Amino acid sequence: MSLGAVDPTPIWITLQLATCTTALLFLVGTPIAWWLARTRSRIRPVVEAVTSLPLVLPPTVLGFYLLILMSPDAPLGRFWLTLTGDTLTFSFSGLVFASMLYSLPFMVQPLVAAFEGVGRGPIEAAASLGAPPFDAFLRVAVPLSKRSFLTAGVLTFSHTLGEFGVVLMVGGNIPGATRVLSIAIYDHVETLRYAEAHTLAAGLLVFSFAVLVLVYAFDRRARVRVG
Amino acid sequence: MSASDESTSLLGVRARVVLPDFTLEIDERIAAKGVTALFGPSGSGKTTLLRAIAGFERPTRGRIVLGDRVFFDAEAGIWVPPHERPMGFLFQDARLFDHLGVSGNLDFGARRRGRGDTRFAFRDVVASLDLGPLLGRRIVGLSGGERQRVALGRTLLSGPELLLLDEPLAALDVGRKAEILPYLEKVTRRFGIPTVFVSHDLDEVVQLADRVLVLDDGQVAGEGATAEIVEGLDLGPSANRHEASVVVEGCVLRHDTRLHLTLVDLHGDTVSLPLADRLEEGAPVRLRVRARDVAIAIVQPEGLSIRNVLPGHVTAIRDGGAGAADVTIQLREDHLRAQLTRAAVEELGLAEGSAIFALVKSVSLDRGR
Repeated sequence: MSLGAVDPTPIWITLQLATCTTALLFLVGTPIAWWLARTRSRIRPVVEAVTSLPLVLPPTVLGFYLLILMSPDAPLGRFWLTLTGDTLTFSFSGLVFASMLYSLPFMVQPLVAAFEGVGRGPIEAAASLGAPPFDAFLRVAVPLSKRSFLTAGVLTFSHTLGEFGVVLMVGGNIPGATRVLSIAIYDHVETLRYAEAHTLAAGLLVFSFAVLVLVYAFDRRARVRVG
Repeated sequence: MSASDESTSLLGVRARVVLPDFTLEIDERIAAKGVTALFGPSGSGKTTLLRAIAGFERPTRGRIVLGDRVFFDAEAGIWVPPHERPMGFLFQDARLFDHLGVSGNLDFGARRRGRGDTRFAFRDVVASLDLGPLLGRRIVGLSGGERQRVALGRTLLSGPELLLLDEPLAALDVGRKAEILPYLEKVTRRFGIPTVFVSHDLDEVVQLADRVLVLDDGQVAGEGATAEIVEGLDLGPSANRHEASVVVEGCVLRHDTRLHLTLVDLHGDTVSLPLADRLEEGAPVRLRVRARDVAIAIVQPEGLSIRNVLPGHVTAIRDGGAGAADVTIQLREDHLRAQLTRAAVEELGLAEGSAIFALVKSVSLDRGR
């Protein structure tokens, strides 16, 4: 079984998807996690539940509603179409958007735990030294949570690598655009090309296992329920 | 490099802070000069008051000002967040940043102070707190006392106009306390920064503070000069928590290293106490004398192990309850209190005006100024 036997395009698309998703989720998930860790608001449980929904929902349910939300008839889909001239459904951008929702808990949960671990103490200390909130966040909370940032990034990345249901619902199976690794494996199995399926599946299995071993070895406090 | 000699500004705090288990209600004006202690048992609201001044607790109503600057005014809708208040806060647990190391922590404060603020030069702060040997160290591995010194340096370097100390010694054992107290004393004097100091330890208060605000159950139970407040503590509502004592002021005459003694002049009388050679000769000192450590003789005693025998006369005899008597003794200028039994008072024939000798068994050294 050599990799030469399979089309590598789905691998590249998958890596691009995971990279984009992880990078964007750092930007979106960090403020959500910071808010969740520090708020005393009564709507906190609601927001927490929303960010954790992707862990318990079947990917087809999430994918189904995303498909409706992103279709050119819906406000979000129409807005995207007028903005970029491309549909959100059955496109790479749509996949990134769907993956971000799907992997949100993997980014948010480790960061909430980390920020709660930092606590109010160091932030108050920074404020008493004249540091505005964002300064305190950047120079104190983030460096003190850097291990959890690594954990969150790696988990988000590897979780995105393996997604299937949401991608199939939202992105379809367009070679060179939305056919990712997991769908390529499915295709190979459907057409009884087990050798190719093996190559890709074993690769993903080994990679995911290695990543989790690294994460747990590195950050024993990683408090993530891998859905 | 000394205190700015502008007219003393006032720290005005009128505030009601409601916490789940208690309410702080206060309306006080504190001179922003020297060291003011907030003193009281735990749960009396000292730390809450300090946190409200710093902006870490938001009162439900009231007004907080320093001089003519308003930091909080419920009616006018003014709220200045903690990082914009010119106050330095020293926490009980130091709260150093583990990821930065000692010099990184000091720089964190220094980089955020106002431009052109030259009151706290890096070299002066490092020298007065003996931080030099620690500069290259990591935070993990510092002792509790070292942590508080670094935290104090970091706070000073941030250029505060008011220093707020929240029981900075409470987390330290007795030895470490003795190590840090002189530094606190030194920097408040050296940099002349007005300080509000929270403590539940009377000896700390006497050593550091010029004035005391006594808090009890979220309310002010008394305020005044340290000596005055300390002497009244056993008479007020919190009497059962404090024993009778007085604070007297004198100055260091000389040290006797052979006998391990320091001699202090009390307006013409001399008392000796265990060697405290960190004090310079001529330096003013405050001594706390507990009433139970004072005995009375009606003739000059001889062949006695007690070193401190001071002539004076009785000015008042109060009933101390349970067969005890509380006797006030006037010395040349200072006064002491003695706790005797009523039987002793009668046997010695003590009355107001009796000439006596006060025998002081021990004296605890508090600070000089």
